[in-house]
Amino acid sequence: MEYFFELFLGGLTRGSIYALIALGYTMVYGIVQLINFAHGEIYMIGAFTALIVISVLTMLGWNQIAILLIAAGVAVVYSSAYGYTMEKIAYKPLRKAPRLSALISAIGMSLFLQNYVLLAQTSDFMPFPGLIPDFEFMEPYAHIIGSPELVILITTAIVMVLLTIMIKFSKIGKAMRATAQDRDMAMLVGVNVNWVISVTFIIGSATAAIGGVLIASHIGQVNFYIGFIAGIKAFVAAVLGGIGSIPGAVLGSLVLGWTESFFTGYISSDYEDVFAFIFLVLILIFRPAGILGRSTAEKV
Amino acid sequence: MLVNELKKSLFVSLWFMFLTFPIMVIQVNTVENIIQWRWANLFFVGVGSFVLSALWRYLIRRKEQGIQETEVDGVARVTLSQRLLNNRRFTIPALFVVSILALAFPFVFSLYQTNIMITAMIYVLLGLGLNIVVGVAGLLDLGYAAFYCVGAYSYALLNYHFGFGFWSVLGIGAGLAALFGIILGFPVLRLRGDYLAIVTLGFGEIIRLIMENWNAFSFGPSGIANIPRPGFFGVEMNIEQVTIYVYFLMIGMSLFTIFVVNRLQDSRIGRAWIALREDEVACQAMGIDKRKTKLMAFALGATWAGFAGVIFAAKTTFINPASFTLWESINILCVVVLGGMGSIVGVIVGAFVLILLPEYLRFLSEYRILAFGAVLVVMMVFRPGGIVETVRRTYQYKETA
Repeated sequence: MEYFFELFLGGLTRGSIYALIALGYTMVYGIVQLINFAHGEIYMIGAFTALIVISVLTMLGWNQIAILLIAAGVAVVYSSAYGYTMEKIAYKPLRKAPRLSALISAIGMSLFLQNYVLLAQTSDFMPFPGLIPDFEFMEPYAHIIGSPELVILITTAIVMVLLTIMIKFSKIGKAMRATAQDRDMAMLVGVNVNWVISVTFIIGSATAAIGGVLIASHIGQVNFYIGFIAGIKAFVAAVLGGIGSIPGAVLGSLVLGWTESFFTGYISSDYEDVFAFIFLVLILIFRPAGILGRSTAEKV
Repeated sequence: MLVNELKKSLFVSLWFMFLTFPIMVIQVNTVENIIQWRWANLFFVGVGSFVLSALWRYLIRRKEQGIQETEVDGVARVTLSQRLLNNRRFTIPALFVVSILALAFPFVFSLYQTNIMITAMIYVLLGLGLNIVVGVAGLLDLGYAAFYCVGAYSYALLNYHFGFGFWSVLGIGAGLAALFGIILGFPVLRLRGDYLAIVTLGFGEIIRLIMENWNAFSFGPSGIANIPRPGFFGVEMNIEQVTIYVYFLMIGMSLFTIFVVNRLQDSRIGRAWIALREDEVACQAMGIDKRKTKLMAFALGATWAGFAGVIFAAKTTFINPASFTLWESINILCVVVLGGMGSIVGVIVGAFVLILLPEYLRFLSEYRILAFGAVLVVMMVFRPGGIVETVRRTYQYKETA
């Protein structure tokens, strides 16, 4: 039973990490119907920026917690800036183009950013310091869940709640929902659609950056390629939950995290990814629009 | 006006200097704990983005003007490539020159160049096959490399275990790939758009991961070596001769593919695919069997990947799962979209551009993939329809006075 619980928590941690990245995918998809292939790269840039800030500040001898917070802040700012710029360059001119063109543009962007970091920084794995301290009050539970995992879970939960509140109640959230439903109609009632799309990219990138910092300090290393794999996993999670739906992205990520965790724990780690994908295919066969996605009947 | 433009460019350049600051300027050496400040990079970024942003805005403005003109005239502009393709006085001599070049190529250029051309033609095959699924039938497939993998492994394994020859496996490999296409096709019949994309992606990864992990069956990540090259009635050939032989084999194969795909597009099933792409509901209302049509698209698309896979295995004599990753699928998709979805000439041009460009960009050495990514973005922004846009068949109704 303890083993089960351990796997459960492991899956939960993994799932919350996927969720932070999947949120960006699903929000962007909900509004512009674009698979933002370069989203994983934004996450990678967030992690790299944080690493650079951390290294500089560590050499200056700052306090650990302060470093962590500043690094996360800078990473969020930079990732958002990258997300914003990326949308302006690679997607905005393509709003009216065939959807596949935008996908190829996203792939181009992804390749560009990967190689940009590769050339400007390094192709090696860089060690990422684990900055999250071990809390004292966590000691009795340390054999079940470590402090870093706890921090990840709590951060993810806070981000989810804030995001939900924002989308439900704030003005920009309302504008986002309107744009997602019908872009032309939203424009007619005075929503600044370009701004809404920019904000969506900024928020998605910011959550990805938070994910990037947390994961990097959890795993302990980064390189220019981490964004691609994480991006694919998060994309799978977003689709699993029903792409375009925010609770769906969270649920999908948790389901994916648990699937991987239990499968690795009980059966075999070799086929972990195979099983995750088979599970995805099975769910989509029975629920073609994802777990929480509404399958809209098409009007003719 | 000019001041305004300069101001905009200056703003963009400042923005990019801010944006690239941590990654371009600071480099941390964690082993020796030294920080390198590379201020020169900041200068390059500033100047570069200043010039590029001016150029970018100019090009965007030109593009928008073009769109406006089209809207005013009500006539779609016919691009240069389309005009050339429709002009027989151009196409026939061009075809003549291309075929002479193609025939002379391996005798004029080196073995290395010939090998690149063979690779490019393998991508022509793959591109045309994927074009059936994505371009003609409109089903986004992100796992196409799986069928390529099936083709390659069927040759490698059948040859290893049972000693099958190249020619007999060429058919079997294509058949097996088609079978896998149908296996993939069944579960995804109900899915649309991006759900389809993600399931095909998953399928591609499943096939690759199984090949990677099932050591007893596929020899795992180390792959299979010493796959025999294609034979020619038992004649002994040295490497150079075999390469030339494979080159001409590929030319024959490409011609065969072009012929078949061309005929398919105008056949009953081809029209059904196009109808399916344009509107699924209307297409069913017209009495087209959606299930059969989709399965046919998957199966026929996969067949070409099977052919390409077998030839690939025979050409390189060594295969491992690393050749069939998601990037491979994406690469093939880029061939189709960059070249021009649905257009046969476009896909062929796309394949050559995509394979030859990185090859001849080697002088840029490590910058070539960076450049390639940028080219993809720029290409899509300024020509979203691809290099050779397809002309949609239209029937114009002329009123007689």
